[in-house]
Amino acid sequence: MDTWRPPVQGICLPRSASGPARTGLSPSLTAQARGGGDQRAAAPAQAPPPRARDVTVPRHARVDVPVAFRKEAQRLTMANAAEQWVLVEMVQALYEAPAYHLILEGILILWIIRLLFSKTYKLQERSDLTLKEKEELIEEWQPEPLVPPVSKDHPALNYNIVSGPPSHNIVVNGKECINFASFNFLGLLDNPRVKAAALASLKKYGVGTCGPRGFYGTFDVHLDLEDRLAKFMKTEEAIIYSYGFATIASAIPAYSKRGDIVFVDRAACFAIQKGLQASRSDIKIFKHNDMADLERLLKEQEIEDQKNPRKARVTRRFIVVEGIYMNTGTICPLPELVKLKYKYKARIFLEESLSFGVLGEHGRGVTEHYGINIDDIDLISANMENALASVGGFCCGRSFVIDHQRLSGQGYCFSASLPPLLAAAAIEALNIMEENPGIFAVLKEKCRKIHKALQGISGLRVMGESFSPAFHLHLEESTGSREKDVKLLQEIVNQCMNRSIALTQARYLDKEEKCLPPPSIRVVVTVEQTEDELERAAATIKEVAQAVLL
Amino acid sequence: MRPGPGGCCCRRPVRANGCVANGEVRNGYVRSSAAVAAAAAAAGQIHHVTQNGGLYKRPFNEAFEETPMLVAVLTYVGYGVLTLFGYLRDFLRHWRIEKCHHATEREEQKDFVSLYQDFENFYTRNLYMRIRDNWNRPICSVPGAKVDIMERQSHDYNWSFKYTGNIIKGVINMGSYNYLGFARNTGSCQEAAAKVLEEYGVGVCSTRQEIGNLDKHEELEKLVARFLGVEAAMTYGMGFATNSMNIPALVGKGCLILSDELNHASLVLGARLSGATIRIFKHNNMQSLEKLLKDAIVYGQPRTRRPWKKILILVEGIYSMEGSIVRLPEVIALKKKYKAYLYLDEAHSIGALGPTGRGVVEYFGLDPEDVDVMMGTFTKSFGASGGYIGGKKELIDYLRTHSHSAVYATSLSPPVVEQIITSMKCIMGQDGTSLGKECVQQLAENTRYFRRRLKEMGFIIYGNEDSPVVPLMLYMPAKIGAFGREMLKRNIGVVVVGFPATPIIESRARFCLSAAHTKEILDTALKEIDEVGDLLQLKYSRHRLVPLLDRPFDETTYEESED
Repeated sequence: MDTWRPPVQGICLPRSASGPARTGLSPSLTAQARGGGDQRAAAPAQAPPPRARDVTVPRHARVDVPVAFRKEAQRLTMANAAEQWVLVEMVQALYEAPAYHLILEGILILWIIRLLFSKTYKLQERSDLTLKEKEELIEEWQPEPLVPPVSKDHPALNYNIVSGPPSHNIVVNGKECINFASFNFLGLLDNPRVKAAALASLKKYGVGTCGPRGFYGTFDVHLDLEDRLAKFMKTEEAIIYSYGFATIASAIPAYSKRGDIVFVDRAACFAIQKGLQASRSDIKIFKHNDMADLERLLKEQEIEDQKNPRKARVTRRFIVVEGIYMNTGTICPLPELVKLKYKYKARIFLEESLSFGVLGEHGRGVTEHYGINIDDIDLISANMENALASVGGFCCGRSFVIDHQRLSGQGYCFSASLPPLLAAAAIEALNIMEENPGIFAVLKEKCRKIHKALQGISGLRVMGESFSPAFHLHLEESTGSREKDVKLLQEIVNQCMNRSIALTQARYLDKEEKCLPPPSIRVVVTVEQTEDELERAAATIKEVAQAVLL
Repeated sequence: MRPGPGGCCCRRPVRANGCVANGEVRNGYVRSSAAVAAAAAAAGQIHHVTQNGGLYKRPFNEAFEETPMLVAVLTYVGYGVLTLFGYLRDFLRHWRIEKCHHATEREEQKDFVSLYQDFENFYTRNLYMRIRDNWNRPICSVPGAKVDIMERQSHDYNWSFKYTGNIIKGVINMGSYNYLGFARNTGSCQEAAAKVLEEYGVGVCSTRQEIGNLDKHEELEKLVARFLGVEAAMTYGMGFATNSMNIPALVGKGCLILSDELNHASLVLGARLSGATIRIFKHNNMQSLEKLLKDAIVYGQPRTRRPWKKILILVEGIYSMEGSIVRLPEVIALKKKYKAYLYLDEAHSIGALGPTGRGVVEYFGLDPEDVDVMMGTFTKSFGASGGYIGGKKELIDYLRTHSHSAVYATSLSPPVVEQIITSMKCIMGQDGTSLGKECVQQLAENTRYFRRRLKEMGFIIYGNEDSPVVPLMLYMPAKIGAFGREMLKRNIGVVVVGFPATPIIESRARFCLSAAHTKEILDTALKEIDEVGDLLQLKYSRHRLVPLLDRPFDETTYEESED
C-alpha cells in the first residue's frame, strides 16, 4: 500500500549518493543530489524529471490527501468483492467441466510436480564436467607469461660495470672515480692484512665448504670467528650466517611464530620485512622513530591482552628496529626503546648492519653509542658485508637466545656454511678494528664534514644523522611522479660519475616494499676519503644538482 | 635423529610410510622405466610399468625397499622408550633432582612471555642431545676425500663440548658435497682464486643493482649460460637465497605452485614468501602431479573460480635425502601438455649427473629450453658458494630488475667467483685438459660401484642407481648415534639423519660420493661399513643383489652377504 510521505523521504536517491558517510561523498555533493531530488519531486507530472529512473516519486504524492484516501478505500472493497466472485465461479466451473478436462489437468499437475522434483537432479548432473569438457578447458587455458616483458630502458636493467676492485678508487663503466657508494666504511676491502689472512685461509682450506654447518661444514675458522664476534660485542654467544640478507631474515622467524606480535618501525629494511613475512606473526607498524606511536600500539595491545589473558600468556612480543636505518640514515632512540621494553615486556631485536663497526668508541654499534647494557637487547644482528668488508652476517646475544638458531635458523641450518677465507677475512678485520679504535672517531669526523658541506643545496635535502656513514639525498620537491624523480636523481648520479664521484641511487623494489621510501641518492662515507675528496664530492654534488634541478 | 643443527638439507613433511611414487604397489623394489624387462628378469619384483616408458632414453632404476614390519615396530618402540625417559627426566629436572644444563632466561626477564614453548624443545633436550656429537663436527682441513676432524669431548652428556686439541687425521669424508672433487687447496682453481683475491680483495660492499656488479660477475654469468646451454644466467651470493628470494619474483597471488613433497627448505620458503597458492604432490609421483595439474586448470582458483594466472612446478634434480632423481622426461611432458612452467633446482645434480656434468637435463638427454627456470648452486660440485638461475633472456632480464637478491643483497665475493669460473671451465674442458671430464666419469663409476656393493652386503639403500647421494637405512633411533660413532672410530666421517629431516621411522645414514674418492678409499669405507653393519645388524634388505660374476669381488663381503 502506498502511504503518503513528505517528498524528500519518499525519494530514493541514486544509489551512489544514498549514504554520504559510507560512500565517502563530500557532504556538499550529497546535499546537491538531495536538492535535485526535491525539485524533481515537486515538478508537475506532465514534465517527468530528466532522470526519472533514479527517482521514485510516491504515486499519489500530487493528489490531495482526502481524495487519495477515498479512492483507496473504494479500490479495496472492489478488489475484495472481485476475489470472492472469482472463487465462486471457479467452484462452479469445476462442477461444470467435462471429466476429460479434469483428468487432463490432473495429469498436468502431476507432470508439473514430477518436473519440480526431477529438476534438481538434472541440474546436479549438469554441473559435473564431462571428460571432453575438461579437455576443452585444459585446451583453452592460456597462462600468463612466466615473466612480464621488461622495457629496454628500465632503470635497473643495465647495471654499472665495475672493473677491478670496488675499493676507494673504483672504475665504473670504464671511468675512474672516487667511491662514495660502497659500504666500505673502514676501508678494509683492500686492506693488505685482510687479504693476507684470506689468502692463508684459501691455501689451507680451499674456497668452498661443501656442506652445511651440521654436515662437516663447520670449520675451526667459523668457531674462531663466532668466538671473536661474541668477545668483541661482549655477549655470550654469536652465530654466523653465510649471507648478510639471510641473517635477520632467518633470525626473526626462528623466534616469532604465528600468533606472536611484532612491532616494527615503518622504515625497516627489506630483510626485516622478509623475515617478518616468513614468521607469519601479527605485524604492527609504528611511525618511523616515533616512540609515542609505538607506546600507543603497545598500550592497545596491553588492553587487548587484559581482555584475553590466557592468550596473552603465550603471545610473545617483539620490537624490531634498526640501529641506523638503511632507508633513512637515522638512528633509533634505543634508550626509550629499552624503557618501553621493560614496561611492556617485549623483546628487542636490533639490526645493526650500518652501525656495527661504525658507532661507539670501539665500533660496537648503537648500544655502545648510547651506553646501554648490551644484555638489555635480546638479539643483535648485523652483516659482515659493510664495515668488515667480507661476506655473511652474524647474530649475537645471550646463549639462551642465540643457541636456538643453531637448530631453527633456516638460513643457518639449510645453507652451506661461509667459505673459510671469508671468515678469516672477517677475523682479520676484527683484529684491525680492535687495534685501531681511533678509526671510528675519524669516520665520525668525516661524516660530520660532508654532512655539513652538503647542507643547503637548493633542490636537495640531506636525510640522516650527521654521524651516519650512509645517508640520503632526497629531492626537496618531488615532481609528482616517482619515475621522473628517479630520472632526475639518476641524471645527478651520472653527471657526478662523469666528474669522478661514484654515487648510486638507493634501489628498492617498488612493488615489494611495505612502505616505499622516496627515491634518493645514497652517499657513503669511508675513512679512506681524504678531506680534499670530501670537499670535492660535496662541491660536485652541489654544482651538478644545481645544473640538473634549476 | 635431528639432522645436524636442525637440518640436513631437506624438508620432510609427513609422508606415507615409505611410499613409493607413481601409484604402483608400495613395495616396488625396483622401479624401472626403459629397462623394465631387464630389471624384471633380474629382480622379479616389478610392480608397475610406467606408461611413459618411451620418454626415457636410458634405464631409470630407483629402489625404495619397504621397511620390514618388525623393524618398523621396533623403531616405534624405541621412540616410545626415549619419549618416556624424556618425560621422566624432564620431571626430574623440574624438581631439580637432575642438573639442568641448558641456558636460562635472564632474571630481569623472567616475567616476559617465555621465548620458547616448553614442549617445543622436548625433542632437542631429550633425544637430539643424546647423540648431538654426530653433527657439527668441526674440521680443520680441506673438505676433500679425507679430512682432519678436531677431537672433542663432552663431560656433561653433550650439552657442551671441549676441544682436546688433538686432531683426528685422515678421516675418510663421506659427508661433504664435494661431488667432483673441486674442494682443493692446490691446483689451478686455488691459484686463480688466489690471484683474484690479491687483486680484488674478498668483499664487494654493495649490491648488484647499486655498485656491486663487477666485471667478474658478468664474466661468470656468461660462462654459466654457456655451460647450461641457455640464453642467459644470473648468479647470487647464496644458494638458499637463490630459491627463497627469486621464486617470489616469478609468481605471486593468483598463481599456483606445485611442489614436490620432499623439496628443500629453501624452495618451500620461497614458495611461501611468494604469496602464491601451494599444492604438494607425492614425491616424484607423476600421477599425483598430473591430477593436480588437471584439477587446477579445470576448477581454477578455489572460491573465486577464476583461472590460475600461471602454474609453476617446483622440482629438484637429485633429492638430497632420498637419493632419487626427478622423472624429468615425464615432468616436461606434463608441463608441456598443461602449459605449466617448470622450476628445476639442480643444487645436487649440476656437475654430478650427465656425461659431461651438465646435470639432470643432460642425464636424460633433454633440451635445456624445455626447462623454464634452471636453478642450481655452486656450493657442491664447484667447491665454491652461491647459486644461479638460467633461462631465457626475458626471464633473466626480469630477474635482473626484480630479483630481491639483486636489489638488496651483497653480490658474490670475487675469489669465490673465480673458483666457480675455473672449475666450470675445467668441467667444460676449456682449460685444455680432460680433467673435468674424467672427474665426471670417475664420480659416475664410484656411484655405481659403491651403491652396488652396499646392496650386495644387504643394506637397504634408497634412490637411483646413478645418484651420488646414497642413503643407507638405519631406522632405529639408537642406531643413528651408534652408526655415526662407530664409523668415526673407524676413521670414517658419515652423515646420519633422522626426524624431522626424514619421516620418524626412516632414519638413515647418507654417503655423498666424490670423484676424489679413490678405489682404495671406497673399499676401505665399504669394509668398515660392512663391519659396522654386522655389528649393529643393519642389513635389513630381503632383496639381496647377487654379485655379478664378471666383476672381482671381495670374498669376505660375499660370504657375509650369503647369510
